[in-house]
Amino acid sequence: MSLISVREVHKSYGPVRVLERVNLEIREGDFCAVVGASGCGKTTFLRMLLSQEAPDRGAILLDGMPLALEPGPDRGVVFQRYSVFPHMTVEENLIAAAEFRGAPVAGRFFGKRRRAAVAAVEEMLDGVGLTRARHLFPKSLSGGMQQRVAIAQALLAKPKVLLLDEPFGALDPGTRADMHRIMLGLWRAHGMTVFMVTHDLDEGFRLGTRLLVFDKPRWDPQAPDAYGATVTYDLPLEPHEDAPAAPGAEPETKGNNHVQ
Amino acid sequence: MPRLINRKASGVGGLILAVLPFVILLAAYMMASASRLAENPNDKLLPAFSTIAETTARLAFEPDPRKGEYTLWVDTLASLTRLGVGLSVATGLGLVLGISIGLLPLLRTGLAPFVAVISVVPPLAVLPILFIVFGLGEVSKVVLIVIGIAPTMVRDLSIHVSQTPQEQLIKAQTLGASTWQIVTRIALPQALPRLVAILRLSLGPAWLFLISSEAIAATEGLGYRIFLVRRYLAMDVILPYVVWITLLAFLMDYLLKRVSRAAFKWQAEESSL
Repeated sequence: MSLISVREVHKSYGPVRVLERVNLEIREGDFCAVVGASGCGKTTFLRMLLSQEAPDRGAILLDGMPLALEPGPDRGVVFQRYSVFPHMTVEENLIAAAEFRGAPVAGRFFGKRRRAAVAAVEEMLDGVGLTRARHLFPKSLSGGMQQRVAIAQALLAKPKVLLLDEPFGALDPGTRADMHRIMLGLWRAHGMTVFMVTHDLDEGFRLGTRLLVFDKPRWDPQAPDAYGATVTYDLPLEPHEDAPAAPGAEPETKGNNHVQ
Repeated sequence: MPRLINRKASGVGGLILAVLPFVILLAAYMMASASRLAENPNDKLLPAFSTIAETTARLAFEPDPRKGEYTLWVDTLASLTRLGVGLSVATGLGLVLGISIGLLPLLRTGLAPFVAVISVVPPLAVLPILFIVFGLGEVSKVVLIVIGIAPTMVRDLSIHVSQTPQEQLIKAQTLGASTWQIVTRIALPQALPRLVAILRLSLGPAWLFLISSEAIAATEGLGYRIFLVRRYLAMDVILPYVVWITLLAFLMDYLLKRVSRAAFKWQAEESSL
């Protein structure tokens, strides 16, 4: 069974149709890279996966159940910016999820429990190369380091799926390459299901096991807002070669799991 | 010769520039005072520094012959108590209401228009109401300070909290945080520096309302004393009192600035104002 099933989802903002007839099955362990032109609705779709927005029609199922009505620990997220808490050190950011779960009233650990929580994130700190920066506040970290904190923080909450919204978009090319390496390492180590929105086609090919393209299949030049975008291509990719997708990859047909 | 916008003062030069306006003010006062006293040695408008010093010493270090109290300290204690209580209550209200309105859409819908209206009520216009309702005692003076500054604090803080990046709130929810945890671990710590900043800006209005209420009905206090001796043109009392109030206000502002710098190290560098 798919981890995430998207069935006939439509979304409009007033007269503007953003998405229509989106059908998608995401299997556990998939690394979906989502590309598309600006304003094609890929971020809107991610916001629906987060329950930040609700679809007008259709359903999104996670593990066979409809999505919760608000964001929750079953779906982790990293945004392009503002994903870490500026008033917490790296270490505090990483133990936040454990503290929220373990201390409903105080929202934080003290003494022995805190030391245990810190010990539990040691491996993750090391994995993202932030051991030496553990006591720094985000303001003194580079953009790449901040995003590594954000990814580690999201993973530590053990979500079923990790949603990434252009996570490396604000980084310089060198840092971005490093981040790709770290991201792939974490994805393999944790067996995560990842759904990443990006505007960088190359990044999509490099990281994804599937490349989803959002585009408008119908286009009325007299009324550009009349039709919405949907998944027009769903390319299975060779597992993480540095080369682009296998030349023979055919666009998969959509909608083989229609319910309506 | 570099352009004016590129010229900066260095160490000693900067110090001289900073002290200069004070020196000019004092020099101007001394000259004006000396010329008036030369014409009429009994002139009360611009007393000599020696007279001011004598009066200050009398007020601060000699007990009042009739009451046996040290006037300056009694006045200072009374005023600072009112100011302290007023500022504490206003800050507490600002914090609780500011965060609630800024973070919770339901409360924002319910309270934001109300606070917006209350904050434009001229506080001094309701002072008579306060005197009628709470009497001429301490409560009405404290309430005036609270009414005067709390609405601005609530509005400012709620706007600041509502501008917390949505990404942070979503992220907190995906880490499993409840509303209470988001308030205490995310919104509150990030609101505190702003609260100190708005508290610093509110010190001016708070003193204004304190002195206004003391001028109208009080039996001791810095504002009371100034307005009492005004009848006798006692500039030798008024001037040191004004300087003392200025000094107190400046010290409070300075301390809050230091506290803010020391306590909120996670903040990006702020301006030196």
